[in-house]
Amino acid sequence: MRTLLLYIIILITGVVFLGRLFYLQVIDESFARLSEDNAIKVVYDYPQRGYVFDRNGELLVSNQPSYDVMAIPRNVKAFDTAEICRILMITPKELISRLDKAKIYSPRLPSIIVPQLNKSEYAYLQEKMRNYTGFYIQKRSLRDYQTHNGSNILGYIAEVNKKIIDNNPYYISGDLIGKQGIEGQYEELLRGVKGVKYIQKDRFNRDIGAFKGGIYDTLPKKGKDITLTIDAVLQAYGEKLMENKWGGIVAIEPATGEILSLVTAPSYDPALLVGRQRSANFTKLYYDTISRPLYDRGLLAEYPPGSPFKTMNALIALQEGVVTTEDQFYCNQGYTYGRGRKMGCHRHPTPLAMIPGIAQSCNAYFANVYRRIIEKYPSPQQGMDAWANHVKSFGLGEFLGTDLPTGKSGKIPTANYYNKIYDYPTYKWYSTATLSNAIGQGEVLMTPIQLANMTAAISNKGWFYTPHILKEIEGQKIKDKEYTKKKYTTIDAKNFEPVIEGMHQVYKSGTASSLGIPGIEIAGKTGTAENFIKIGGKRVQLTDHSIFIAFAPVDNPKIAIAVFVENGYWGGRYAGRIAGLMIEKYLKGTITRTDMETWILTHSLEEEYKKPYSGEPFRINQ
Amino acid sequence: MLKSSVGFDWITILIYLILVSFGWINIYSASLGDNPSSIFDFSEVYGKQAVWILLSFAMIVVLLSIEARFYMRFSSVIYIISLISILGLFIFGKTINGATSWYVIGGISVQPAEFAKVATALALAKYLGDIQTIIKDFSNQVKAFLIIALPALIILPQPDAGSAMVYSAFLFPLYREGLSGIYLATGFTAIAIFVFTLLFGPLYVAIAVGIISLLISFQKRRNRPHFLFLFIGICTAIGYSYSVDYIFENVFEQRHRDRFNIVLGQEVDPRGIGYNTNQSEIAIGSGGWLGKGWTEGTQTKGQFVPEQHTDYIFSTVGEEWGFLGTSLVILLFVLLMLRLLFLAERQKSMFHRVYGYSVVGIIFLHFLVNIAMVIGIFPTVGIPLPFFSYGGSGLWSFTILLFIFIKLDAERMSYW
Repeated sequence: MRTLLLYIIILITGVVFLGRLFYLQVIDESFARLSEDNAIKVVYDYPQRGYVFDRNGELLVSNQPSYDVMAIPRNVKAFDTAEICRILMITPKELISRLDKAKIYSPRLPSIIVPQLNKSEYAYLQEKMRNYTGFYIQKRSLRDYQTHNGSNILGYIAEVNKKIIDNNPYYISGDLIGKQGIEGQYEELLRGVKGVKYIQKDRFNRDIGAFKGGIYDTLPKKGKDITLTIDAVLQAYGEKLMENKWGGIVAIEPATGEILSLVTAPSYDPALLVGRQRSANFTKLYYDTISRPLYDRGLLAEYPPGSPFKTMNALIALQEGVVTTEDQFYCNQGYTYGRGRKMGCHRHPTPLAMIPGIAQSCNAYFANVYRRIIEKYPSPQQGMDAWANHVKSFGLGEFLGTDLPTGKSGKIPTANYYNKIYDYPTYKWYSTATLSNAIGQGEVLMTPIQLANMTAAISNKGWFYTPHILKEIEGQKIKDKEYTKKKYTTIDAKNFEPVIEGMHQVYKSGTASSLGIPGIEIAGKTGTAENFIKIGGKRVQLTDHSIFIAFAPVDNPKIAIAVFVENGYWGGRYAGRIAGLMIEKYLKGTITRTDMETWILTHSLEEEYKKPYSGEPFRINQ
Repeated sequence: MLKSSVGFDWITILIYLILVSFGWINIYSASLGDNPSSIFDFSEVYGKQAVWILLSFAMIVVLLSIEARFYMRFSSVIYIISLISILGLFIFGKTINGATSWYVIGGISVQPAEFAKVATALALAKYLGDIQTIIKDFSNQVKAFLIIALPALIILPQPDAGSAMVYSAFLFPLYREGLSGIYLATGFTAIAIFVFTLLFGPLYVAIAVGIISLLISFQKRRNRPHFLFLFIGICTAIGYSYSVDYIFENVFEQRHRDRFNIVLGQEVDPRGIGYNTNQSEIAIGSGGWLGKGWTEGTQTKGQFVPEQHTDYIFSTVGEEWGFLGTSLVILLFVLLMLRLLFLAERQKSMFHRVYGYSVVGIIFLHFLVNIAMVIGIFPTVGIPLPFFSYGGSGLWSFTILLFIFIKLDAERMSYW
């Protein structure tokens, strides 16, 4: 039996195959007829892409019909080049190069010759194109934007490239695919599924009805409508405030982790990337390598967080039990350490305990607190890692996991990191070597969305939901556990009380006391961060970044916000004003601090941004 | 050369030569462009294949001049090198048609998974051929399975389910050498339940299992299984079916489900349901008794069948050479496999026999899956037809596989 099994299986297989082949080739006649009739034409039916709404049901993105002039190279007959070029508004050279390209892709599959005509162009062409064999017009649906804002969130759609076609069998040449933003992230939800019709052709290439009675045909499935967590009004206001400035604003609803607004500046109108001008506009945006409008600063820009990071050190110190809220530290307009090195500070009353320490943003206070955290442990390595673990529990130093296709991890240094740069154990390093972490400078880097999420976690006293942009699919709330399950930080709820009080005092008696909004209790923290760029290989310091975090109302937080304004000089100057205005806009709907609004709208940083590229010597922090 | 060499098996070599040449003739037709050029034109598919074929002839000379002892002694080394080469794909591999299973060196792509089959066959033969290996022993079974499963598991996620599937071919030599038939039966049942669950749902599978076990308990009175065993068997089968369903629906992500559905023919191909298979059936079916004649196939010319020069090459045979051509190819393959089985059985050493059985098993699995797919009785799985399909890696690996055995057979008298 053992020696016979394979003999038997092979013989049975052979007989079954011969039987099936005999049936296919000799008995069943239908295949022969099909083949004589030869070709089967495939016709695609493209569904409407899903609509996009904001959190209040306002329509942001809908569709408009668009028309592509297609050609099947094999069927193209000789034609009057001059006339067709006039009709299509392209040069003969372009037309020939496009037809050649189409032939290389496939002589028998359709390729786009002229993309994305609008309705009126179509009406004119429809009559004319009939005279050209091998050409036809394919209707598709293009995006129609009901908003001028949020292009970084919405993303755009574009024709698929060769790489996508090769790797994803769904797409064929000329199809559109979502890129960036939610169009890219939720492509499969939004696009739906295209329908297919197989049409039998006779040998003169005439349609003779559905192939096999249409059993292989499928109906298109419409794309799903989605609702974003974005508040369109707040988003528009944020973008208005950020005009003539570079940076990002991220606002989150702390109770849900929903992103209320995600502003990057400079930005562009989403309508620029639709229609025949798309390509030219995209090239222009893409090659603006100085202001980089396609770069989403809210998600991608890694900035030193500056002083808002002090709240983190206060929390860790309380959790580790190395200070009490009563412990006071002296500040001699700075903190002296090591061999005559000094971390400067501004003029304020001294000594200070924790709450006024946060309110006044005293560098010396936090230098002391930070050293106590690190030095609690027998070695600086252990201290550093204990510190880093707390920080990372706020979603810092690693990818946050938002449902947007891009992101950056930021940077939170660990013992390993310092061991490497100081070449441990050949050379030793101590807490003072990492002291700039105390005030959010040095090695710490964060993206605006990470900073906003940290603020939300503080306002929630120790937990957060991963920030996300998708609220509902066809009216159904999202269920993804990543966004509906609380994440806890390593800090106990009770330790947040004094820190939040300190942030509240920032507005009452501290560095933002002139920025208060009447009727709203806000907790916030200013930040000013030194920064450098490389020009011609030389490290050059630029004007400090203006940074601000805030949440409000203090006892029932509805909004947590982080604002970065590049080279805005100090925290209260740009970022603090913008944060206050955003909070008032969101909570009240109207602006009472019109003085602050006017100041922001009339101040531009364009001159500041030109300085390093002017080629002339310049001064900073003016 | 050793004195005890008894000559090469010319029947096998002849069949090999016929298959390779007939394969090339069909590749030529399937890849013929508008302007034919030299048959060795390296920019054309058929030109490349012609070069691969010539090079494989040179390789045969080398293979046959190496002493059989070399393959026995170095089988472990060859196995380890091939494992490293398929592991390296995760880092250096290039993605073609969605599978990361290629190295590209100077414009030429090499698919190491093809060669891993040969290495595995050698390693398994060496392990089973060892005097201390007793296949009835459980721990030896585990080791033998490991030798087979390791390359398969590395290839599977690349993703190359077709190539990984081929490794089940090694069950044949194992069974031949004394592995209990229960393994074959259990494996077959598990696969059947898995497939049927995904196709029809667990409820129908449960009913079917119930009916079949009732039939078993009523019919074979003499060696009827113990009631308890039968009961446990039924429970396991039904539980397994439901857990397959649960895992598929709740644990897998959509992309995993898609992949399985494609393998199961639920969503066969890129352009809509059933396109590949359907076009292939039309091409074959339109061939009739004698076919439309070489390079005269309208379906082949119109390039209606995707991948026609590689996995679907058999459809060209069907269209252009008709039932005459297809039955000839089927018969040649059956003849080749039966001849190889006969050769394997006459070996004196276990190493030789296990290797021979592995060769037959591998060729058989490719033959089975590929032809069944092309004639529309099996879902679409990307797997080439041995000696026939376009592809240097495939052709060479089958040539190596076969000619190592021919060499082993020629020297069978010197190994007892």
